[in-house]
Amino acid sequence: MAGNVTRFSSLAEIADLHGGREKLRKRLQWRREAARLGTEMESRNALARLADVAESAVPLLERLRATARHAADELKTRLLGRDFQQRVDVLKARYVDLGGDPFGFDVGTASNAAMMLAFFHRMYFRTEVFGIENVPAGRVLLIANHSGQVPIDAAIVGSSLFFDANPPRVVRAMVEKWTATLPFVSAFFNRVGQVVGVPENARRLLEMGEVLLAFPEGIRGVSKPFERRYQLEPFGLGFMRLAMETNTPIVPVAVIGAEEQYVSLGNLRWAARLLDIPVFPLIPQMFVPGAQMPLPTKYRIHFGEPMRFEGDPDDDALLGEKVWLVRQTISDMLRRGLASRRSVFL
Amino acid sequence: MLAADAADDRAVVITGICGRLGRRLTRALHREVRVIGLDRRAFPDRPSDIEHHEIDIRSKRTKDIFRAGNVRALVHLGVMHNLRDSVEDHHSWNVVAFQHLLEYAERYKVPKVVLLSSANVYGPRPDNPVFLNEDAPLLGAGPFSEIRDLVGLDMGAQSYLWRYPQTEAVILRPSHILGTVHNAPSNYLRLKVVPTLLGFDPMMQVVHQDDVVWALRAALAPGVRGIFNIGGPPPVSLSRALTLLERTAVGVPHGVARAAVDRLFRWRVTSFPAPELDFIRYVCMVDDARARSVLGYRPRHDLLETLRAVDEERWQ
Repeated sequence: MAGNVTRFSSLAEIADLHGGREKLRKRLQWRREAARLGTEMESRNALARLADVAESAVPLLERLRATARHAADELKTRLLGRDFQQRVDVLKARYVDLGGDPFGFDVGTASNAAMMLAFFHRMYFRTEVFGIENVPAGRVLLIANHSGQVPIDAAIVGSSLFFDANPPRVVRAMVEKWTATLPFVSAFFNRVGQVVGVPENARRLLEMGEVLLAFPEGIRGVSKPFERRYQLEPFGLGFMRLAMETNTPIVPVAVIGAEEQYVSLGNLRWAARLLDIPVFPLIPQMFVPGAQMPLPTKYRIHFGEPMRFEGDPDDDALLGEKVWLVRQTISDMLRRGLASRRSVFL
Repeated sequence: MLAADAADDRAVVITGICGRLGRRLTRALHREVRVIGLDRRAFPDRPSDIEHHEIDIRSKRTKDIFRAGNVRALVHLGVMHNLRDSVEDHHSWNVVAFQHLLEYAERYKVPKVVLLSSANVYGPRPDNPVFLNEDAPLLGAGPFSEIRDLVGLDMGAQSYLWRYPQTEAVILRPSHILGTVHNAPSNYLRLKVVPTLLGFDPMMQVVHQDDVVWALRAALAPGVRGIFNIGGPPPVSLSRALTLLERTAVGVPHGVARAAVDRLFRWRVTSFPAPELDFIRYVCMVDDARARSVLGYRPRHDLLETLRAVDEERWQ
C-alpha cells in the first residue's frame, strides 16, 4: 500500500476510530448469544425463521451469482474475443488522432453495436473469413456482392473487419439519403459510422484513410430471387470513378451464405408499387409465426487481392472495362468459394 | 495585416456597428485604421476616435458618407435578421439597401467590400455532404422562405464580385457564431433546459465570435477577394455539445416540436421560427479549406472555449 493510505485490518478498528469499540463488543456478544440459543431451540416466530432461511440462502445465492457472472464472462470472451477492449482502444486512439470524426462516428456506441453483432457474427452465422490480410492499411474500397433480402451482409463484413482484422478497422458504408430524415435511425447510423451516400462524403472518407464498403449491384442485388442466387447483377460505374479519382485500391469481396438466409420466390411488383417501396420479395418463412429470423446459414467471406486502376475517370468506356474486371473477379471468387463449401449450414 | 499601410488615412465603413459583433470588430480595428460607423442605433460607449452616423442605411445620407471619399473598405454587418420585422422591411433593407451600398462603393471607387453572410444560406438538408464548399448551391430558402432575402443578399454580393473584378469583394460564410452575440444558435445554447428533436443528433459546427472578427480583419487585407466559408474547431454532435455545456436536453418528437414552436412563435413567446428546427435535425457544415489557405485562418478558440462563450457576461 503506497503513501499514507491506512488499511484497516478489522471492523473493530474502524469502530474504534469512531469511539464505538465498546458498543461493538457488546453487540457481537449479544449476537453470539443469540446464535447459541438459536441452535438450541427453534425460532419462535415466522420472521425469525425467515431470517434463518435467508442466512443459509445468502451464501448459496452468492455462489450462484458468481457462477452466473463467470458464465457471462466466458460467453463474452467467446463472443467478443479476449482482445475486445484492446480493439476498441485501437479505434479510440485512431479517431482521437484524427481529431474526432466529422461524420459523428462514436466508438462507444459502435462497440456496443459490435457486441450485439458479435452474436450473429460468431454464433448465429459462424462467419469464416478468408484472406482478410489482403485488406491494405490506409484508404481502401471494398466491393462486394449484395444478397440476402435484408442487408445483413454489410453488417457481417463490418464485424469481420472489426473482430478478425489486425489492426481492427471500421467499415464505413454509404446509406440512402432518406434515412437521414428518420428519427433514431439517422442518429444511430451517424454514431456507428454510416454516412449519407453522396460522392463528396465518399471522397472525404477515403481521404481520411477509411475503409469504404460499396455494393455496386445496389438494391437489385439484395432482392434477387432464390433461383438467381450467386449470379451477379450489373455493376454501377460510380465506385470505379471514385477509386480512380482518389487513387484508392479496390479489394473484391465475395460473401457466401447470405443468399440462403431468406429464400425469396420472387418479387411482388404490384405490392411494391402499392406500398411505394422498391421491391416486395415473397419470402415464405415470413408468413410462419416465429420464423422471421434469417436461416442460420454459415457465412464465408473471401477477401481478394487488392486491385489498382489508373486512367481517365471520365471515360465511361474505360470505366466499363475495369468494372467488368472487378465483377468478373468477384464472380470467380464466388464460384470457387461455392465449389469448396461442404454445406450451406455447416 | 493592416499595419503595413498605417500611413493610409482612408476609413473603413462598418454598417451595423452597434451590434455585438460590430463593436468587437471596432475595438479590434480602431487603433489601426479610421473607422466610420453606420447604424440606426446609438453607440454611446464608442471609442473616441470613431466617427458614428446614427442613420438608416436606406436613407440618402448614406450616400454622402461615400461621396466624401476616403473610404478604403465597406464592411457590411448590418443585416436584418429579426423575423418579427415585415417582409417588406426585410427586402428593402437586406436586398435593396445593400444593392445601393454596392452602387456607392462602385461609383466612389471603394476598393474593398466585405459582406458577413452565413453558412445558413446553404441550408440544413438531409442530403448535404458533411462539409459544403463554397460552390455548393444556396438552398437555405427552400424550406424556410422567410430567409430568402438573406440568400438574395449573398447572391447580390456574388454577382457584384463577378461584375466588378477591379473591386475586391469578399463574402464570408461562417457557421454558427457563438458568443455574447444575440443570434439563434447562441440563444439556443443559452437555454438552461434545451429542447432537442427526439432521435436526431446532427453534427454541428460552431465558431467563436472573435474568430469571426479575426476573419473579417483578414478579409480587409489587400489582394483578398472571393467567397470564404469560415468553420470553427472540429465539429461536434449536438448531444455532446449540450453535455459539454452541462445543459439538460429534452427530446421532443419533430412533429410536436414543429407545431409547438410554430404556435409559440406566432404568440410571440419564442423568437425561434419553426423552420429553424431543421438546424438541429440535419447537417449544415462548411469546408473552410479555402479560408485556411488564402486568409491563413485558424480557429483561435477550441471547442470548449467556443461553446462556453455563450455564457460569458452579457454586458461585454
